[in-house]
Amino acid sequence: MLRKLTALLEKIVSPFGRLYHLIFRAMYRIERYSLGLAFAIIIVGGIGGAVEIAPLFTINETVEDAPDMRVYTPLEQAGRDIYLREGCYTCHSQMIRTLKDEVDRYGAYSLAVESKYDHPMLWGSKRTGPDLARLGGKYSDDWHVAHLRNPRDVEPASIMPAYRWMEGREVELADLPARLATLRDVGVPYTDAQIENAVRDARGQATPDGPDAEGVVERYGEATNVRNFDGEGGGPTEMDALVAYLQVLGTLVDPATIAAAQAQVGSKGE
Amino acid sequence: MSVDERDPLTGHRTTGHEWNGITELNTRVPRAVWWAIGLTHAWAVLMWFLLPSWPLVTTYTKGLLGVDQRQLVAGQLAAAARDHDQWMSRIASEDLPTIRGDKELMATVAEVAPALWGDNCQACHGRVATGGPGFPDLVDKSWLWGGDDDAVLETIRVGVNSAHPDTRTSQMLAFGAGGMLTRDEIRTVATYVQSLSGLATPDDATRQAGAQLFADNCASCHGDDGTGDTSLGAPNLTDAFWLYGSDSETLFRTIYGGRHGWMPTWESRLSEAQRKILALYVLNVLPEKQ
Repeated sequence: MLRKLTALLEKIVSPFGRLYHLIFRAMYRIERYSLGLAFAIIIVGGIGGAVEIAPLFTINETVEDAPDMRVYTPLEQAGRDIYLREGCYTCHSQMIRTLKDEVDRYGAYSLAVESKYDHPMLWGSKRTGPDLARLGGKYSDDWHVAHLRNPRDVEPASIMPAYRWMEGREVELADLPARLATLRDVGVPYTDAQIENAVRDARGQATPDGPDAEGVVERYGEATNVRNFDGEGGGPTEMDALVAYLQVLGTLVDPATIAAAQAQVGSKGE
Repeated sequence: MSVDERDPLTGHRTTGHEWNGITELNTRVPRAVWWAIGLTHAWAVLMWFLLPSWPLVTTYTKGLLGVDQRQLVAGQLAAAARDHDQWMSRIASEDLPTIRGDKELMATVAEVAPALWGDNCQACHGRVATGGPGFPDLVDKSWLWGGDDDAVLETIRVGVNSAHPDTRTSQMLAFGAGGMLTRDEIRTVATYVQSLSGLATPDDATRQAGAQLFADNCASCHGDDGTGDTSLGAPNLTDAFWLYGSDSETLFRTIYGGRHGWMPTWESRLSEAQRKILALYVLNVLPEKQ
């Protein structure tokens, strides 16, 4: 029985054996020429890339439509840069996967379109802490400040490091117009007015009673959080910027748009 | 040494490399390796047909099995909802007193509530709802917005100073920073407030001055006797429970800079039944445990 099976399999595989023999003959030759081998590796790798990556640019359903999605404000973008600088992504992912447990705990799974303006994306693959993709609006600014100052104050079992130096440390604003312009170069639709007023808007978003607050709402929409995030006076601090960023996570796309996109798929699944 | 040279003992070719007279045999690839390569390739070809695989220009081959992770999770969520429906629909449709009267249903509430609490409420209100500075204790019976069923459910639904259109709104003014009271006046009224719950025993002059300041500035929200008003979210200042702290320094900061607490709206994150479960957890399950 086993012998018969082996014989059958051998018959099926034998034509391929000749093919592999040819390939190995070619390998045998090319291995002797390191430059040729390097080119061959690049070509083979390129085929893989072309087949796996390139079609994503033309396949319709890769990225969903979200016409109402807004861009990050300058302050949120500055906070995002701090998030990167401090390596928050090494312990926190920003990607709710299409698994029941994750949807139960964190909410609707992440859509590709939600990372459309993320350069670089911060999906992460390591969860020492919880996923942060839908953190925005879940906790208060005060909680975020207390938690970043010393995580043990609000969650005794936390092993997250304290980031108290961000309090009172002024966030770097001068290069924000250049940063936004760079993001525009890679496809984030910042307008000229948004780039021009980046510094004013960053100040305005953290100073709700100030003269610049109105411009932020005008340029980024009614739903923008204009608050004194760190609860302290003075110019925007790194704490302001980071909390502003954390409070907008998962809220750039209207929840109704997300629910609609997922319900459409869900109805097919039943 | 050339590539075509053969080893005299085994008859195999050599690789053509030589190190001080030692050469390397170019032995045949073992049969097991050929089998592994052949079978994995056969498996891959089979999967091309079964699973989504090859890109076409604007779409891709969907595979004979029709597997789609998004549809899969939607199906699993729907199945879980059907499993829970027996008790979830009762929680959704019945009012809290009725649920409370049903021992079996309350046992279910007690079982599922801790996970909901841990994912959503614990960060601020703590593991057993005892809160912390700035985050209310929910088991102390001193309620900012009222502790009856409807009040608790409404607070969970709309939040406090949140983005919800019906949000509860409360803001304690910054009496010092806003220039309404001098530093000395703040100290006087702080001492008076402490005396309301027996934390300080000021002399008559301070008490009278403090009472006057309190009546002029604080009584409109906290009431003439300082017992607060749950319709405004103004805390009772005569009891032993303090949201931010009762020491002189904290009270000074509170009156000087004002307070502007914030609780998120849970209407968009949690279903009505889930919010009812959390209300029952806070009002019944947790107090019974303690």
